[in-house]
This record gives sequence, structure tokens and C-alpha cells, in this order.
Amino acid sequence: MSYHADEKGYYGEFGGAYIPEMLYPNCEELRQNYIRIMEEPSFREEFQQLLRDYVGRPTPLYFAERLSEKYNTRIYLKREDLCHTGAHKVNNTIGQILMAKKLGKDRIIAETGAGQHGVATATVCALMGIECVVYMGEIDITRQAPNVARMKMLGAEVRPARSGSRTLKDATNEAIRDWINNPVNTHYIIGSVVGPHPYPDMVARFQSIISEEVKGQLREKEGRENPDYVVACVGGGSNAAGIYYHYLDVPEVGIIAVEAAGKGIHSGESAATSALGKVGIIHGSKTLLMQTGDGQITEPYSISAGLDYPGVGPMHAHLFKSGRGEFISITDDEAMTAGLELSQLEGIIPAIETSHAFAIFDYKKFEKDDVVVFNLSGRGDKDLQTYIDYFKL
Amino acid sequence: MPSGRQVQVDYTTMNRINQKLNEDQKLLSIYFTAGYPNLEDTVPIIQGLEKAGVDMIEIGLPFSDPLADGPTIQESSTAALKNGMTTELLFDQLKDVRKSVTLPLIIMGYFNPVLQYGVEAFCKKCQEIGIDGLILPDLPFDVYQEKYEPVFKTYGLSNTFLITPQTSDERIRKIDSASDGFIYMVSSASTTGAKSGFGDEQQAYFDRVAALELKNPQIVGFGISNSATFQAATAKAKGAIIGSAFIKHLTQNGVDTIVDFIQGIR
Repeated sequence: MSYHADEKGYYGEFGGAYIPEMLYPNCEELRQNYIRIMEEPSFREEFQQLLRDYVGRPTPLYFAERLSEKYNTRIYLKREDLCHTGAHKVNNTIGQILMAKKLGKDRIIAETGAGQHGVATATVCALMGIECVVYMGEIDITRQAPNVARMKMLGAEVRPARSGSRTLKDATNEAIRDWINNPVNTHYIIGSVVGPHPYPDMVARFQSIISEEVKGQLREKEGRENPDYVVACVGGGSNAAGIYYHYLDVPEVGIIAVEAAGKGIHSGESAATSALGKVGIIHGSKTLLMQTGDGQITEPYSISAGLDYPGVGPMHAHLFKSGRGEFISITDDEAMTAGLELSQLEGIIPAIETSHAFAIFDYKKFEKDDVVVFNLSGRGDKDLQTYIDYFKL
Repeated sequence: MPSGRQVQVDYTTMNRINQKLNEDQKLLSIYFTAGYPNLEDTVPIIQGLEKAGVDMIEIGLPFSDPLADGPTIQESSTAALKNGMTTELLFDQLKDVRKSVTLPLIIMGYFNPVLQYGVEAFCKKCQEIGIDGLILPDLPFDVYQEKYEPVFKTYGLSNTFLITPQTSDERIRKIDSASDGFIYMVSSASTTGAKSGFGDEQQAYFDRVAALELKNPQIVGFGISNSATFQAATAKAKGAIIGSAFIKHLTQNGVDTIVDFIQGIR
């Protein structure tokens, strides 16, 4: 059994392309071409070169000595926070902008919640000189003003999503509507392993550079490619997909997914999709999502804007349902405390999304000899105000 | 129209949609969002539309995330949900509709609410009420064929697929052969209510589809808002659907003036 997507874009029962006919030609064009393009030597060369010279890859795999000592195990941090723009998101946007060029598209659209994917998209559009429109929920625009300014400075147009709850899911709806209205010249850069096939698989492949590097780095440091565990936070799930990718079908590597429980799983203010979600369709994908009994999609909550997506990528839905992945939910308070701890033990201020992953030690005990690789998916600069308010710094 | 439709037809075994499609006139179909402007307006709107002389009605089941719809239908859906509309309530409102309404009735909505209700339970309920068909734009054609076609058939429901200006001839033919009723011809690359009037590109698309001589008649939707666009859309097609413009009329004038709106169309 494989935990990768099959040729129709299904991970077990999850995935597929539940899209209106208006999106069919766009998705079909991508579906027919994405693997071929990704395997072209010229594409691979340009992708690798940009990851190296522009993004700053390979990112280090850092042995976190003090954290390891505290939790009596061997902890490595995959430093995606050191990527240009401050998170793993740029791995995907570099890949997709090159894909868009190969497909002859001259206009890019994207959705963003916290603004990290928006910034990563605006960045690669500036790099390539391509028009860029980023949809962002009206509420998020107010909450994430610095990232809005970044996108504007990079030359992108930020369009407020004023429908529904005016956050990430509505920004995604608006981006999809834009794509329906501009089917020929526009490529939609989705920021996570969500959306209709082939997006989840394509984004996972672009992010798979993370686990590819980990394999080589672990061989050097530990004399083996496989850790005992890989750990990542999951909103839509792109950084997780990246660090799981080469280990999905290696059963001896444990997969740990950390979701945002917000103010508590059953508080009514949570984004713990695996605990609260039911099978449904969101943004063209069959997956687990938070919804009412009547099939209306509900609004998630998390202190981290990057985790408050009401669904989860189909890969992760399958990892959960099949039992291949171990899912842990972490509250706002637990995540903030873990973020502070990582800052003070290792001198690394993580993004609040990432902080969730470092709060699992109360729920998951590791053996002394276990090699545990955490994906340090993003840095905390963007979250400074939230940390300041929370800790009264 | 293809000659196959001109031969003697046994009307007793046909559902109301096919009977209507066999009539000579150009068809006017109206979409509205159930539960809007007021929660209890569903049946009065249907009755008003029948009285005003429309040919077919699409009852919109509101969804929180209607990604193929423009602002008008988004807002009416949000308002309807806020008013308290649910799938169960809609079925309850419609339970006696066949005592007063003879027009073909179609439920149009997104797939997720149907999936949560249970596809078979939903279809069964539709049959009990006297719903003739469904339009679920995000239930893809191949998934429908693979998984759900037998269920729809069991409960006598016709399922309508969409085509757009970007749909290839080959795919249109595939959709035509799998359809039994009409093809919903989306007029342009757009969400609902987005464009006003048709340009050369639409005309070329209307001509292209007409030239395919499909077995199922086509009804044009998206961008039809008045008499002029209705005439233009039905020059080649069998009928046209008005949604956003009708909802705007309801917002501004309420349920009592439906007949004025319809008379303005033809």
C-alpha cells in the first residue's frame, strides 16, 4: 500500500477533483503536464538552481542539543525557517512559477491567510516579472498588516476577500472565482497540499525537497537515512507533506502530525480537523473538513493564522484515517509556551504554526535513542506582535 | 433540434423536464436561492413563478462556499443560511409543493450538503417530493458516472451537466451521451451574474455548440438578465436560465412582483 497519490489524485478515499466544469480545462491542462514538466531536465536544473542560489538550500539539519537533553531523546531541526521569505512556502512557489512559465501563463493568482504564501508568491512573481494578484480575507488584511505591506512592496496587488467569514477559506474561494473568470492566461498558485488534483500531489512534490535533504543529512550525521519519527504542524499540510514525503512508504519511520486545537478541541474555537472533521468536499478536494451536520463549512480558529484552515490536505486525511500518521492536537497556550521554550533553549524564535509541533512532549514520549526530526517550518518574525501581546514582553 | 426528438414520444414515461423540453417554445428557467429573502418564501416564489408563466424552476440549496457563484448568489446564500435554511427544512417546505405546482422542479446546489445528507437519502427524498432533477456543478462527470448514476436513475432524477466555452467538442459529446434531459451551457468563462451582454466570443461558442447537433437540447445560463440577453441566448439554444438578476429583483421588490419581472423578459 502506498501513501502517495494514485493517478487520479486519490490518497485512499481522499482527494480527486470535485470541481465545476468551468475549472476542468485549467486543472486538466495541469494534470496532463505537471509530471512531465517536473521531470524535464531543463526544469529540474532551473528549479534546483533557484532553490540553491535564491532560496538558500539546502537548509541545515541542526542537532538541537539542549532540547534533546531536556526531553531525553535525539532531536533534529530541519531549518526551513532559514529559507528566503522565512518559511518553507517558497519551495512551492518557485516550483509553481516555473510551471506557470512552461505552461505559457502570464498572470498569477494566489490565496493567503497569514500572508506567508502571499509573500512567497509575490516574491517569485517579482523575480520573474509576472503580474501577481493575491486574495486575502478582509479580516486577515487587518490582522497581518506587515505581510500586506511586503506583498505590495514586491509589486503584487492584494485584493480583499469580502465574502463569507473573510478569512483564508474565503480568500481561496475568491482565487478560484478569479480562475474561473480568467481560465486561459492565469495560473493559480495554491499554497498548500489542498485543492483539486493535481495540486496536492504537485505541491507535495515541490515540498519533497525537505525530506530528500533530510535523508542525506541524516546519513552524514547518524549514519542512517531514516529517523524514528518526523514531526510537523498541519494546517493544510504542505510543510508536513514535505518532511513526510520520502518516508511515507517507509513503515519504520513514525509520522507525527500536529494540529491546532485553538482554545481546546471541544471549545468551539479550534482547527483540529482530524478530531472534528468529517468527510466532505472543500475547494475541489474530498477530504476531512470541519462542517455542520448540514454540510456547511465552519470557521476554524487558531492563534496562528496559518493553521486555521477548516480542512486538511487529502494526503493527511488518509494518513489519519489509515492510522499511518499519529495526530496530536495542541492548544494556543501549549503552542505559545513551546515557542518560548524553543527560543530560550535553542535561540530560535519559531513561527507560531511551528511552535505547535514543539508542544507534543506531554503527549508523546520518545526513547532516549530515538532520532526525531522536527520540521522547523517558519520563523517567528511575523508573529512577534502576537508573542508580545501574549507574554506581555 | 435533432430529428430523433420529432418522432412520436411516449409522454407517460417521461419526467416533467423531458416533457417540457419537447414543447415548441423557447424555455425560460428561473433560479432562486431557497430561504431568501425570507426563510418561508420558497413555496410562494415557486407558485409565483408558475403563475407568471416560466417553464422550469431551479431551487437553489444554499451553501456556505459557493465557489462558482458571483456576489449576488453568494450573498443570497449567506442570507438564506443565516435565516436558518437547511436541507431538511427545504425538503419540509417542499413536501406539498406538487399539490399546487406542475412545472419541472430542479434542485441546484453544491455537492457537499448532498453528501452529508447521504446521496441516496437525498435522491429518495427528491423523488417523494416530486423533484425532477439535480444540478450539482462540483459533482464531476466521471465521479457521477462511476459512483452515483445508478442511484439517480433509481429515483427517477435527471442530472444535468455544465459545459463552458472552454469545453472541448470531444468532451461536450461525452457529456451529451451521458445526459438525459438538457445540457447546461455556461455562457462565458465566468461566475454567475458576472457579465452583461454577449460578445463575438459567446456567439462563436453558441454557433460551435449548435453545429455539434447534440441529442440533448441546451439551456444557456450565466449572464442572462433581461429580454435582450434572453433573446440572444435562445437564438440557437432551447432556453435560458436567469438567476442573479431574478434574485436582485426579489431583493429590491419582494416576492409579490414576480410576474412583473417575468413579463419583462418575454
